[in-house]
Amino acid sequence: MAMNYNAKDEVDGGPPGAPGGTTKTRRPDNTAFKQQRLPAWQPFLTAGTVLPTFFIIGLIFIPIGIGIFVTSNNIREIEIDYTGIEPSSPCNKCLSPVSTPCICTINFTLEKSFEGNVFMYYGLSNFYQNHRRYVKSRDDSQLNGDRSALLNPSKECEPYRRNEDKPIAPCGAIANSMFNDTLELFLVANESDPTLTLIPLKRKGIAWWTDKNVKFRNPPGTESLKERFKDTTNPVNWLKPVYELDPEDEDNNGFINEDFIVWMRTAALPTFRKLYRLIERKNDLHPTLPAGRYYLNITYNYPVHSFDGRKRMILSTVSWMGGKNPFLGIAYITIGSISFLLGVVLLVINHKYRNSNNTADITI
Amino acid sequence: ETIITLNKAKIKIWVLTGDKQETAINIAYSCNVFEDEMDGVFMIEGKDSETILQELRGKMKPESLLESDPVNIYLKKKPKRTFTMPEELPRGDYGLVINGYSLAFALEGNLELELLRTASLCKGVICCRMTPFQKAQVVELVKSMIKAAHIGVGISGQEGMQAMLNSDFAFSQFCYLQRLLLVHGRWSYNRMCKFLSYFFYKNFVFTLVHFWYAFFNGFSAQAVYDTWFITCYNLIYTSLPVLGLSLFEQDVNETWSLHFPELYIPGQHNLYFNKKEFVKCLIHGIYSSFVLFFVPMGTIYNSERSDGKDISDIQTFCLIVQTSLIWMVTVQIALKTTYWTMISHFFIWGSLGFYFCILFFLYSDGLCLMFPSIFQFLGKALSQIWLSLILSVILCVIPAFGYQFLQPLVFDRINHCKTRPPQVRVRTKLKHPSLRRSAYAFSHKQGFGALITSGKTTKTKPNKKNSFPVKKKESSDISTRIVAFQEKSISGVPSTIPLKF
Repeated sequence: MAMNYNAKDEVDGGPPGAPGGTTKTRRPDNTAFKQQRLPAWQPFLTAGTVLPTFFIIGLIFIPIGIGIFVTSNNIREIEIDYTGIEPSSPCNKCLSPVSTPCICTINFTLEKSFEGNVFMYYGLSNFYQNHRRYVKSRDDSQLNGDRSALLNPSKECEPYRRNEDKPIAPCGAIANSMFNDTLELFLVANESDPTLTLIPLKRKGIAWWTDKNVKFRNPPGTESLKERFKDTTNPVNWLKPVYELDPEDEDNNGFINEDFIVWMRTAALPTFRKLYRLIERKNDLHPTLPAGRYYLNITYNYPVHSFDGRKRMILSTVSWMGGKNPFLGIAYITIGSISFLLGVVLLVINHKYRNSNNTADITI
Repeated sequence: ETIITLNKAKIKIWVLTGDKQETAINIAYSCNVFEDEMDGVFMIEGKDSETILQELRGKMKPESLLESDPVNIYLKKKPKRTFTMPEELPRGDYGLVINGYSLAFALEGNLELELLRTASLCKGVICCRMTPFQKAQVVELVKSMIKAAHIGVGISGQEGMQAMLNSDFAFSQFCYLQRLLLVHGRWSYNRMCKFLSYFFYKNFVFTLVHFWYAFFNGFSAQAVYDTWFITCYNLIYTSLPVLGLSLFEQDVNETWSLHFPELYIPGQHNLYFNKKEFVKCLIHGIYSSFVLFFVPMGTIYNSERSDGKDISDIQTFCLIVQTSLIWMVTVQIALKTTYWTMISHFFIWGSLGFYFCILFFLYSDGLCLMFPSIFQFLGKALSQIWLSLILSVILCVIPAFGYQFLQPLVFDRINHCKTRPPQVRVRTKLKHPSLRRSAYAFSHKQGFGALITSGKTTKTKPNKKNSFPVKKKESSDISTRIVAFQEKSISGVPSTIPLKF
C-alpha cells in the first residue's frame, strides 16, 4: 500500500482535524472543479420527454419515408441480363466462343419512355471486388503518374507486377481484371420500318471528378503517350496496352481513361453496377429514350460464367436521391411507424404503472 | 453518527482491540456498533476447540450441525478450489463478542470457516484482548475468504503517522469516512460501471461490423473502415468523452448521497456491472453493429448518386459506416451521461466536430497528392449519407432510450414488489438493560501471558499494552483499532479498511 494522500477526501469547513503539529495545511483548494461541484445540467428521462420524442420521430420519419419511396418509384429502370446461361439466350454462343470477338444481340422493349438524362450501367454479380487481397493489389503512385513507380511498381501488385521482365502498367489485380465488353444501343424506329438508330453514348463524364483530375494522372512529359509508357507492358489479360484505350481523345487515354477509372474504384459488395455511358437528354421535347423496341449489341469479351457470375446492362434515370432504391423509403416508413407504435405502447404502460402507484415522479 | 450511517448502508463493523472485554463492549454500545435493539449478543468464551465450535454454531444456526450444510460438506471433502462463502441472511440483528484466547483456537483449521460464517451473519463483531498478530490474522482471514478488494484508510491521530504511511487514503477525522464511502466511493463505483459498459459497447459495435461484412466479402477480412479511422477511433475520437464521463459523472449529488446511505447497497451487491450487465452490453453491441452494417448496405446496394455516378464503392461505404458509428456512440454516451458539466459538453460535441475536421483534412486533395498510396480516399459527402446516418442512429438509439425509460418504471417496480423490504422494527423494550455499562476499569480476567507462552501467536512483537479506559465517544486519543469492511467488494472501491486513530 503506497502512501496516497487523496485530496478529495478533505471536506472544507469540517471540524478542524488534529494532524499533529503545525505543518502547512494540506487542505486542497475549495474550487468548484476540485470539489466536484461544477454547475451542471442533469436531465431526467421523464414521461414528458420520452413519449413526445417517440411521437415526433414517428411523425417526421413517415412523411420522409413516403417522399423517398414515391421518388424512388418514379425512377425508371430496366435491367437486361446478358450472361447467356440459358440455351435460349442469344449470348449463349459466346460462352465458349468459336471466334473472338463474339458479338451477340439482345432485344428488349421499353414500356414507358425515359425522360431526362439516362445512364447506362453494366452490372456484375458474384464478383468480389471487395476481397482484401484484391483491394490492396494496386499502386496509386503509379496511377498518379509517378515516373519511378511506373517503372518499379509496388510489391502489393504481386503477382501482376512484372511480365516478361518489364513492369506492368497499370499493375495489380484490379487493373488486370478490367471490364472490357462493348455495349451499343439501337432503337428500332417502328414495326414496319426496320431501320436502326444508334443512340449516342457519351463516354466521358462518368468518373468522379476528383478521381479524374487529382488521383489519376498520366506520366508527365511532352512526348506522345506511347513514348511515355515505353518501358512497360500491358497487363496480362488486356488485349491492348493502356495508351490505346482511347486513341482518339488524348484526355481519355492512358491512366485517365474514364472506363478504367470507374473500374478501379472498387465496389463494396459482390453485386454492383458501374457507370458505363451517358445518354444525354435532347434539347427538344422528345424523350431521351422513347418507348419501343431496342437492340443491345454486345461484344462479349468478359468471361464470368466460370465463377457463376452474372453480367447485365442497366438503363436508369436518376432523381435527387439517386437511383432506384426502395430500401430507404421502406425503412423510414417502417421505423416511423414502429416508433409511433412504441410511443403508444409506452404511453399505455406509463399510464398503467402510474395509476398503480400514486407517488409518481419516475426518474432515473 | 458515522457508524449509524454506515450501518444504514449495510456495512458491518468489526472492532479488533487489545482492550478487555467490558471496555470493548462499552465502546461498542456507545459507538452504536451494538445497539440496544439488537436481537442478541453472543459471547464466545470457550477454552478449547469443541466448545468454541459448539458456541459458534449452536447459537446462530442450529441446523448448521447437520450433514447437509454446505460448509460441512466442504469441510469433509476438502476440495482443492477455494471456498466462497454462501450468502446467508440473518434473521435479525446480532452481535458477536470473542476474546483473544478463544480466537486463537478459532483461527485454526476448520474453525476459521465457522468463525467467519457466524461473524458474517452479525451486524457487529467485537474481538477483544487481541494481540497485533491476531489482528492481522483476522484481517487476512476475511480478505481471503470473501475475496474482496481492499483499501486501507489511515486516520491521523496523536498516536503517530504509522497508519497513515501504510494506507491508501488518510485523513484526520473518523467522520470523514462517511464521505469517503458514501459519496466518493459510490460515485467512483457508478462511474466505473458506466465507463466499463460503455467502453465494451463501443468496441463491440466497432468490431462486430466486420463479422457481418465477412459474409459479403468472401470472408477475406477486408476492413469496413479506412485504416486511419481504425487508428484514431479509440485514441482520438472517442477517448475524451469517456474521460469526461469517468471524471465528472454523478447520479445524485453529495447531499443526497449522505442523506440516503441505502444508496450504497447496489455497490455492495455488484448490481451495476456484473455478468448480466455485460451480456446486455454485448447484445446491444451486436444489435447496433447489425444496424450499422445493414442500413448503409441497403442504402448503396444497386444504387447511384444523384448525378448518376457510382455510390456503391468501398470508399463511400466506409465513409457512411464510419460516420454513422461515430454518431451512434456519441449519442449513446450522451444518453448515459446524467451530469452534464461544461466540460462534458465540450468533450462530447468537440470530439464529434473534431472527427469531421479530421475527415475533411484526410480526404483533401493536398494530402493525396503528397502521399497517394496512403491517403487513397478522396471525395465529398453525399445526401444519401445523411439519410442513412439518421436512420441508423435513430434505429440504434430507440431501444436503449425505451429501455432506459422503462427500467425504473416497470422492472424495478417488479423487483421491488417481489422482495418486500423488512418491516421497520418498532423500538422494543430494551432487552439487556443492565448487563453492560459496567464501570469497572480493570480486568477481572487473566491477561495475555498464558496465550503468548502457549505459542499460538508465533509472530508477536513485544506486547505493547495500549488500552486506556474510555473517556468520550469520538475522542482522538482512543487507541482502538476498528476494522470496517463490507460483505462484497465494490469494483474500484476496495473494502477492508483498517483504521487507526
